[in-house]
Amino acid sequence: MALQSLDIKRRSATTTPPPGVRKTVELAKLIDISKCIGCKACQAACMEWNDLRDDVGTTTGVYDNPRDLTENTWTVMRYAEVEPEKGKLEWLIRKDGCMHCADPGCLTACPAPGAVIQYHNGIVDFHEESCIGCGYCVTGCPFNIPRLSREDSKVYKCTLCSDRVAAGLEPACVKTCPTGAILFGTKEDMLHHAAGRITDLKNRGFAKAGIYDPQGVGGTHVLYVLQHADKPELYCGLPNDPAIGPMVGLWKGVVKPLASLAFGMIAAGAFFHYVTKGPNRVSEEIEKEFEP
Amino acid sequence: MKNDSLKISRFTAAERAIHWLVAISFILLALSGLVFFHPAFYPLNQLFGGGVWTRILHPFLGLVLTGSFGLMFFRFRELNRITPTDKEWLRHAHEMMGGDDRNMPEADKFNAGQKVLFWLLVACMVLLLLSGIVIWRVYFSFLFPLAVIRLAAVLHAAAGAGMIALIMGHTYMAIWTSESMAAMLYGQVRRAWARQHHPAWFRQITGGGK
Repeated sequence: MALQSLDIKRRSATTTPPPGVRKTVELAKLIDISKCIGCKACQAACMEWNDLRDDVGTTTGVYDNPRDLTENTWTVMRYAEVEPEKGKLEWLIRKDGCMHCADPGCLTACPAPGAVIQYHNGIVDFHEESCIGCGYCVTGCPFNIPRLSREDSKVYKCTLCSDRVAAGLEPACVKTCPTGAILFGTKEDMLHHAAGRITDLKNRGFAKAGIYDPQGVGGTHVLYVLQHADKPELYCGLPNDPAIGPMVGLWKGVVKPLASLAFGMIAAGAFFHYVTKGPNRVSEEIEKEFEP
Repeated sequence: MKNDSLKISRFTAAERAIHWLVAISFILLALSGLVFFHPAFYPLNQLFGGGVWTRILHPFLGLVLTGSFGLMFFRFRELNRITPTDKEWLRHAHEMMGGDDRNMPEADKFNAGQKVLFWLLVACMVLLLLSGIVIWRVYFSFLFPLAVIRLAAVLHAAAGAGMIALIMGHTYMAIWTSESMAAMLYGQVRRAWARQHHPAWFRQITGGGK
């Protein structure tokens, strides 16, 4: 879905700078969980705008429907019934989807040039035409978001409506949210707004209310206001301190380039060994011994 | 072939065929695998019909290598048993690389370097096969949890890179040791060559004569 092209910050499997002359402001979507009523209008709007229809599933006795993200479902509401304190039941509803990390694990892991792109505005987008279907982005993502289609072997996820945003519109989920739980704007504005909400929540007894903008991935461009920011895992397993694992970061960033260099060194070493030491021939004495 | 009496058989036709099947499938695997390894190698995907085709073909080539390497494993397993003499040989290997082979203990049909290479390749193959199944998205990955797939992706790349390095070494040794390529291409070596490079094997074949 690459409609923009001059404001690319990073491009997968590319070692030279991408076209990035146009520096746009950083945008973010703020999801205020304390305002969410779990109506799933955002899910419906996402399907509608992106023109996707998932298979009709089966009910499993919980509100979550579909049960998980798929290539056709880029956002799902996840419902958690928890007791942060004994006897105080809370229903925490989290809209799950791509977090649009500043340091995206999917982009780092991707071996196909240009299949994952990050815009200066912070949106991390998949360019499915360049996707080769290896699934490395799935292993790279600390939030378990990308889904590989078993039909076309391409990965899909939330685009943060990059097409709408490019035209100056807010994402479909933001537009439709009836309670104003989802907001969209510059990241600075969103953080400012969130700070006000957090003060409000603290006054209402949620002492640990806070913003979820995990620094392990350089911050995200989807932010949550959490009533219990000290325990993000209460929200259907939102990771406490997500980061690109060493198996992706260190590996792709350091070991693989060094290994590539090592291949070259082996080849050069072999060549120079040959020209300095000469070939390993049968010795003169043995040749004489075997002369007819 | 005028000096036939001076030659002895080193590899049978079946052994040569299986070796080259292993070699060809390995080269194709290395070229296609490098596509996913680092962007510098991504253009190699053109040899296989593009990135998607490379992703589709690579695991099937892996099955060809697994099968052919498996046959070679059972064929050569006994000959690659490491003996105390081999350990001594390895201690002097750097002298031979420097051009001085006076202190080399007598090598078998395979010298200690070849034997170590054999077992390292076996280890790489086992790792590559197991991790390769886990990261084969179309057929198997959905059977494994994400943490296992992550680990397998790293192990696969590490074992693949290790194997490429080993085979580069193996190829150079074949070039460096004059006439050894002929053994794998035509099956025969000169008696003098066998006496020079694999004296213990030469003695065993000829009973100590010429």
